[in-house]
Amino acid sequence: MKHSGKIAFAAGLLLALHLGWRQFPDVLYSKADQPLQFSHKVHVEDSGMSCEDCHFVRDDGRFTGIPPIAKCAECHAEPLGATPHEKVLVEKYVATLTEIPWRVYSRQPDNVYFPHAAHVKTAKLACESCHGEHGKTENLRPYEQNRISGYSRDIWGPSISRISLKGERLGMKMDDCIDCHTEKKLRHSCLDCHK
Amino acid sequence: MTKETVKTRPARYGMVIDLDRCNGCGACMIACAVENNVPACPEGVTDRTGITWMRVQKLSNGQSFPDSRTAFIPVMCQQCGDKTPCVSVCPQQAVEVDEASGIVDQMPQRCLGCRYCMVACPYHARYFNWWDPAWPNGMERTLNPDVAPRMRGVVEKCNFCHGRYQEARAKAAVDGAAERAVEYTTACAEACPTGAITFGDLDDPGSEVAQLAKSENAFRLLEKLGTGPKVHYISKRAWVRAAAGSSLAAETREVRHG
Ligand code: HEC
Ligand code: HEC
Ligand code: HEC
Ligand code: HEC
Ligand code: HEC
Repeated sequence: MKHSGKIAFAAGLLLALHLGWRQFPDVLYSKADQPLQFSHKVHVEDSGMSCEDCHFVRDDGRFTGIPPIAKCAECHAEPLGATPHEKVLVEKYVATLTEIPWRVYSRQPDNVYFPHAAHVKTAKLACESCHGEHGKTENLRPYEQNRISGYSRDIWGPSISRISLKGERLGMKMDDCIDCHTEKKLRHSCLDCHK
Repeated sequence: MTKETVKTRPARYGMVIDLDRCNGCGACMIACAVENNVPACPEGVTDRTGITWMRVQKLSNGQSFPDSRTAFIPVMCQQCGDKTPCVSVCPQQAVEVDEASGIVDQMPQRCLGCRYCMVACPYHARYFNWWDPAWPNGMERTLNPDVAPRMRGVVEKCNFCHGRYQEARAKAAVDGAAERAVEYTTACAEACPTGAITFGDLDDPGSEVAQLAKSENAFRLLEKLGTGPKVHYISKRAWVRAAAGSSLAAETREVRHG
């Protein structure tokens, strides 16, 4: 019985850590699967497409974002392979030309203005510098949404404490935009990034 | 943005409105509201509580027939360049003059709704959201995605169609436009059927707006206050020019909201 106090303390600590690190994020974020499993690897690495085939900055300065179903129909009018995901694509979306309701991990709040043109064309930043390795992924992770703000978890970033030991950018909050801008010695006014 | 990275030259956007061409049709007000997602007013709104970033006011020379004369004057944020009253009173730093464009930026997200700026503005160009914005069913599909709707409890005003400015900058990034100011125009200037509104860069001596602003009949509202507005007016009529130096309060009652 000599150590029961210590054991109780250790158990309590473990429980608290478990609640804090594992349970709390579930309380804070709801999870949803993407409407379709899309593999960047199949298209980019295996089929030799480039990012610009699907995501590019138009001549008028706007970014096309995620391609419309018409783009997919160019190749997927008939199934090319035999995977179940492609079957869903062809039957549910391409056959009726219904747009796929993608959940956008990086979507900013409505009042934020983010121009891909300045970052990709002028500053020549690689997609990876903000989106990480998304262009190489094989599976789509579940989309997590903050239950209070309704924002994607990617805005805050994966680390709840927002402490990074390696010094990488954590998410894409206002501070994260400004950290990079400060590094590049940019000055701004509020309405540069807000609308 | 910084000197090293800026590819487009900073500008000082301004406007010249020819009052002799303005017939008070109000197309600019409509175009402005549509462009900037200003909602229709709820019932019972007065000209104090409604939102009209741009408002066509009626001027009269105060004489009776046959000497009475009328003119119309569109008034919006005058984009003061010096001693900007709204900037200096804001306790939140929610208003600033953008160095790259000269536009007086209002940040609704930062605004706490104290309305001090509305009191300070000598042009009555600032409006408060007394209600949450609401669009009739289906109308929200016509919203402009380049402009975020505001919420109840904040102040808003004309920002020279900032959404269009942002889009013009993005286009300049694609064109690699070096060493020149970004060119764009505002919704009101585009909509005016008589071409009374000219918009452009006042710092570009060759621009039409810079030339017009220097013409002998050009004037600015309440110039005596020294706010240095970047909206200029022109009229050949001396009484109209004289009216611009005085307060407009008595004339505003006529305006109706749709
Ligand atoms: C066949 C067309 C296609 C090609 C080629 C392609 N993508 Fe995608 N991309 C998509 C589709 C569809 C989505 C939506 C599903 C998703 O989130 O992955 C997407 C989503 C993304 C997103 C996520 C946006 C978000 O925040 O939700 C990023 C980042 C991205 N692509 C980057 C790239 C990069 C980098 C490349 C080149 C290596 C690339 N893509 C090539 C079709 C394509
Ligand atoms: C340039 C032609 C091309 C375009 C455009 C294209 N794909 Fe594909 N896609 C392919 C090829 C090739 C495969 C591999 C087929 C196989 O062998 O299974 C494939 C496979 C797939 C699969 C099944 C992958 C798996 O492993 O389960 C899905 C789902 C898919 N594509 C979705 C899309 C979507 C969504 C779009 C539109 C954004 C799109 N594709 C556009 C060529 C294309
Ligand atoms: C400087 C950071 C940055 C870089 C570099 C960048 N992006 Fe993005 N991207 C963002 C942000 C922020 C958003 C969210 C924008 C929003 O919601 O308004 C986004 C959104 C997207 C989306 C989703 C668009 C939508 O809303 O449908 C896609 C797809 C995408 N980016 C692909 C790319 C690709 C491909 C590249 C490389 C050519 C790239 N991005 C480079 C920051 C970046
Ligand atoms: C990885 C670094 C990086 C990150 C992260 C980043 N930016 Fe930038 N941003 C830049 C650079 C570099 C430029 C300068 C481009 C140029 O030279 O015009 C820039 C320019 C801009 C501009 C000015 C465009 C113009 O017309 O001059 C805006 C607006 C902007 N960024 C918004 C954002 C927002 C919003 C975010 C966060 C969601 C963000 N940026 C994140 C690097 C970054
Ligand atoms: C470099 C781009 C950038 C600049 C400059 C910038 N912001 Fe932001 N701001 C953002 C982004 C991105 C978000 C959304 C992500 C977040 O919540 O942090 C945001 C969010 C906000 C929010 C929270 C709004 C909400 O709905 O959650 C406020 C308030 C705000 N900004 C005020 C300002 C003010 C005031 C200035 C000028 C001093 C400013 N911002 C300048 C990028 C910027």
